[in-house]
Amino acid sequence: MALVIDIIIGGLISGSTLALLAIGFSLIFGVARIVNIAHTAFYMLAAYCIYVATQKMGLHPVWGMLAAIVLVALLGMISYKALINPIREHEGAVLIATIALAMIFQEIMSLIFTGTYLSVPALIKGYFTLLGVKVFYQQLLTFCAALLVMAVLWVFLMRTKLGLAIRSTAQDREVANLMGINEARVAMMTMGLSVGLAAFTGAIVVPLTILEPHMWGTPLVMMMAVVVLGGLGSLKGSFIGAYILGFAEALVVFLAPMGAYLKGSVALSIMILVLLIRPEGLFGVYFEEER
Amino acid sequence: MNRLDKGILISVIVFLFAVSPWAVVFGQEIKIGVIGPMKFVQGQGHWNGATMAAEEINAKGGIQVGTKKMKIKLIQADSNEFLNVTDATNAMERLMTQDKVDFVVGGFRTEAVLPMQDIAMEHKKIFIGCGAAHPELCLRVAKNYNTYKYWFRGTPFNSTYLVRAAFIHVGTVAAVLKQSLNIPKIKVAVVAEKAMWADPMIPAAEGALPKMGMEIAGIWRPSPVATDVTAELSAIQRSEAHIIFTIFSSSVGIPFARQAGELKIPAIQVGINVEAQKDGFWQATQGMGNYVMSSNTYCQGVESNELTKAFVDGYVKRFGETPTYNSDTYSAIVHGLAPTIEQAGTLDSDKIVSILEGRVYKSASGTVKYMKDAEGKHLHDLTFGPGFLTGISTQWQDGKLAGVWPNKWKATPEAPEVTYKGVVPIKIPPWMIEKYKK
Repeated sequence: MALVIDIIIGGLISGSTLALLAIGFSLIFGVARIVNIAHTAFYMLAAYCIYVATQKMGLHPVWGMLAAIVLVALLGMISYKALINPIREHEGAVLIATIALAMIFQEIMSLIFTGTYLSVPALIKGYFTLLGVKVFYQQLLTFCAALLVMAVLWVFLMRTKLGLAIRSTAQDREVANLMGINEARVAMMTMGLSVGLAAFTGAIVVPLTILEPHMWGTPLVMMMAVVVLGGLGSLKGSFIGAYILGFAEALVVFLAPMGAYLKGSVALSIMILVLLIRPEGLFGVYFEEER
Repeated sequence: MNRLDKGILISVIVFLFAVSPWAVVFGQEIKIGVIGPMKFVQGQGHWNGATMAAEEINAKGGIQVGTKKMKIKLIQADSNEFLNVTDATNAMERLMTQDKVDFVVGGFRTEAVLPMQDIAMEHKKIFIGCGAAHPELCLRVAKNYNTYKYWFRGTPFNSTYLVRAAFIHVGTVAAVLKQSLNIPKIKVAVVAEKAMWADPMIPAAEGALPKMGMEIAGIWRPSPVATDVTAELSAIQRSEAHIIFTIFSSSVGIPFARQAGELKIPAIQVGINVEAQKDGFWQATQGMGNYVMSSNTYCQGVESNELTKAFVDGYVKRFGETPTYNSDTYSAIVHGLAPTIEQAGTLDSDKIVSILEGRVYKSASGTVKYMKDAEGKHLHDLTFGPGFLTGISTQWQDGKLAGVWPNKWKATPEAPEVTYKGVVPIKIPPWMIEKYKK
């Protein structure tokens, strides 16, 4: 029984983190067709912001989190305006530009903080025991925060004017433009929202992990796998895909401890298998015309 | 001879002079390449150790090479080997062809050091490894002496001995647990990062630990860069292991120690955790790495021999932190290369090799004697054992790194006890005492 609880908890925590990252990534892809490879680099920047705020400036972690989310979201919008918007029509160029952006962020962090492994304290310290399994309060917080943020995002997209504009732009950019929506502005706002989500993920995950300038690489691969599995640009697909891969990882660690390092590979294999059966992903659209 | 012919002749003479070994001898500097991942603690250790060595030697006027005193000039090469092995080989190539170094010290990951070794050997330059532990690096010397004789291991001793030392540490802790907590049969969880150097340690542990009267509770192989190991820790707790035998050289050592401490997993961590050897470990684990033990080379207050204190104190004074084993670039230069060059009276690699491989000398971590294999072939590997290099074991005790081994260690029942100055008793985590103390 404890093993099942372990797998459920492991899958939920891992899935929640992936879901937060993947939804942000899907959002900007769905709206502006931007494959933002720097998405997890923004997550890394937020983590360093919190480190500076809490360990260097002595601020409470909550203030550090808020500052990190605001600053990184702003940086995301500036990056969009300065770097991505001028070349937006060339998807390949955008892809390369965001890779370059991520590398620049990585190297800047390497220069400032070197490759030394750093950490920040948990927002809520300690753990509780659930049916014999120890769970960090921080993990519970991550899970609850992920669900809350996704609920807020759903309300925002479904019940606000900006949300409607974002959804309209995601469905058809040209028609949205013809209807008077400033598509470029919506794209920039969405970029801020998307990067803000990445920063939020970084903020709640950083106490559970370690900081180093290359920490964006592994989550990037898993996040992209989630997005492809769920269907490019589909928020629902990203959400469900994240939990599928999260549970796949947990199953590998608990059922094959000698192969724990293979958890990423197994998750990616599942993605490939699903794509072989359904090339558009679980909730994606096969042809552009289907939009 | 017309002017053009003269010009060509002079150019040829200058070229031949430039590429000949005499150019080095006529120069006033000995160039030592220091190669390592310079943006990381390991590379910084390489560089700091070498810097200290160069400063010390140069302050005395340099190294006596024949009739000349030659100062040391260090050339830094960032191998970036954690991220890209190609960067490492390029950095070594640059040291050889552009910087034209006389010697090289450093290297960290076996996967990167193997190709770097090939490049240095091709150029017949002595390369003293100060980081990689895989036996293959030295087996190559025995297999193909003429090609690989320029390679010497500087630190650590090879992974076979690393694991042997780690087993001794596990055995020591098991004895403490049996005695103080009355645990009749010690169960050991083996947790090794998935890396080339750690692979041979798994079958070794499976063979040795049962022979030492312990039971293996399970084997886990997390990724070297895993950031969440709560799943592994849950499984380890369920296995009711008393000892967690760790084999980590990468970042996974931090989340593992931190999360195990936060979850108060009732088992003591012993083995190799390179991150736990560093002063920054306490901050990196937010103080949750208490009671974590690791094989180590240096610890403030612990003396392997009469040279240790001066080196450790000098290093702490100069760089503000305890040296790690990568800082043994210091001993590689001060105790290994410098006296050998003086003895040889030349920078000729072949002459230096023939002297160095026969020397037995003291370094800051013990006595260095290069081994031969069973057939008497040179390995240029380090001899492990009492009287030579043994390493130490350290434990984090309430925010301070303390030396805990060797403490009355007997290599064989007949052997004399070995205790290094400054070692203290091992502490068991209180939550473990709470669980097992009847």
